[in-house]
Amino acid sequence: MGGKLFKNFSFFSATLSFFILVGIFSILFIYAQDSIHEFGFHFLGSEVWEADEDDAELGVFGGYIPLLGTMLSTIIAMVIATPLAIGIAIFLTEIAHKSLIKPVSIAIELLAAIPSIIYGMWGLFYFAPIIQSTFGGNGVGLLTAGIVLAIMIIPFMAAITRDSMNTVPDVLKESAYAMGATKFEVIKDVIMPYAKGGIIGSIILALGRALGETMAVAFLIGSVMQLPSKITDATTSIPVLLANNFSEAEGLEMSSMYYLALILFVVSFAIISIAKFYFLGKKVK
Amino acid sequence: MSNLIMETKDFSFTYAGVDAPSLKKINLPIEKNKITAMIGPSGCGKSTLLRAMNRIHDLYPGNKYEGEINLFKDGKKENILKLKRENDLIRLRQDVGMIFQKPTPFPMSIYDNVAYGMRLADVKNKSELDDRVEKALQDAAIWKETKDRLHTSALGMSGGQQQRLCIARAVALKPDVLLFDEPTSALDPISTGAIEELIAELKDEVSIVIVTHNMQQASRLSDYTAFMYLGDLIEYDKTDTIFMNPSQKLTEDYITGRFG
Repeated sequence: MGGKLFKNFSFFSATLSFFILVGIFSILFIYAQDSIHEFGFHFLGSEVWEADEDDAELGVFGGYIPLLGTMLSTIIAMVIATPLAIGIAIFLTEIAHKSLIKPVSIAIELLAAIPSIIYGMWGLFYFAPIIQSTFGGNGVGLLTAGIVLAIMIIPFMAAITRDSMNTVPDVLKESAYAMGATKFEVIKDVIMPYAKGGIIGSIILALGRALGETMAVAFLIGSVMQLPSKITDATTSIPVLLANNFSEAEGLEMSSMYYLALILFVVSFAIISIAKFYFLGKKVK
Repeated sequence: MSNLIMETKDFSFTYAGVDAPSLKKINLPIEKNKITAMIGPSGCGKSTLLRAMNRIHDLYPGNKYEGEINLFKDGKKENILKLKRENDLIRLRQDVGMIFQKPTPFPMSIYDNVAYGMRLADVKNKSELDDRVEKALQDAAIWKETKDRLHTSALGMSGGQQQRLCIARAVALKPDVLLFDEPTSALDPISTGAIEELIAELKDEVSIVIVTHNMQQASRLSDYTAFMYLGDLIEYDKTDTIFMNPSQKLTEDYITGRFG
């Protein structure tokens, strides 16, 4: 009796997450219907976002700018974060003195625990003026958002990369040293190839996180519907547009926002799936 | 005086953070083109001694060496404990190669594994590399099995093949001495036999020191045997003498299986 109850309960819990996933997807898809019907795939390439003042069922909406803003700020973040995170991981596994490893690791894990709104405030009041005086522009914009996003994902990437580098057996490293390799050569020829799966996995997971980040980016990207012509220009991203416009939108604009949300959902889901595939692939071996 | 390739003189070794030395005033000769086996119960210091002979201990900071370990090369005697610069240690490790308990193929192709050490040593010429890779694989008796798949990953080979690949990789550098740290302890009996045969053949080209837990292996394979116990070298002699007529009671007790 108890066994059967427990079995049913755990079955229910396990399937619940699946149904939530399907449920969210369906709701996004259904609510986005009007917009999908109206604009189709043309939505992805259109830069206009104009509601009709009188009729909520009219207006022209296109997702190109927020999609581009999301992609560009994410790319900037990844380009900055990836080498730094790998560098941190190498330092922690191979170079740092024993007494340094723990404090640095803890600091990195604490960085990962800071709520994103704090990064947003810090970025806006402290970091944006520095960007402005160094690179020009208004302070807020793609570059500022990208750099702060990078700072947010570095701890996460560094921790996963460090863990996968820690799995390299000592004896494998020793045998490279025993062939006359230097520390740099051991890192390049043994540790990096061995930890490759974990490094790629961490990049993809961080990518997923950067794509969906809302709060910090909302503070820093400028939140204006404009096509950026240079890296310091203000623009917007999908999560930021959704957060800013949701309370006022209705009709077709609302539907178009669901369409954007659907796009973000599919992209993030695809990226996480690839990451899982990598991690699972490693376990099977 | 016999023909030495290495010797330790009053060599003591203390691990970082430990008060008592793990090796106490070891005096051990290593004969040229012979196989010297080191036997003894776990914790006796035989692996510690082996790992001092190519200074691999230096990867972990804080260990202390005392005494001398001399390498005789080109008629000159060099105390390897005096080496300080990274370049000198790299040269030492190319002269004194090492094979580990477990096969340790690098995550790269078979060819690149064997060529790895040579590339580190700045051999760039493609045809020279090709020749030396082939020669090394032949010396390690896996040329036939690998010649058609040189550019596939070494991780796809069996354990025994991987260990022979590691030997090929070490032989390719034309070392003076090869150190084997229980090279067959992770292998099945057939692979073990193949590796032993290989080691016996290699001694024409290179002097060999082998640490083993397996006394049959030591008696089958080696010309000289050193018996160690709790950080002391108890007895060193011709292998036949050690196994047939040891002079120390402790040695006799160990090889007859009374302890260890």
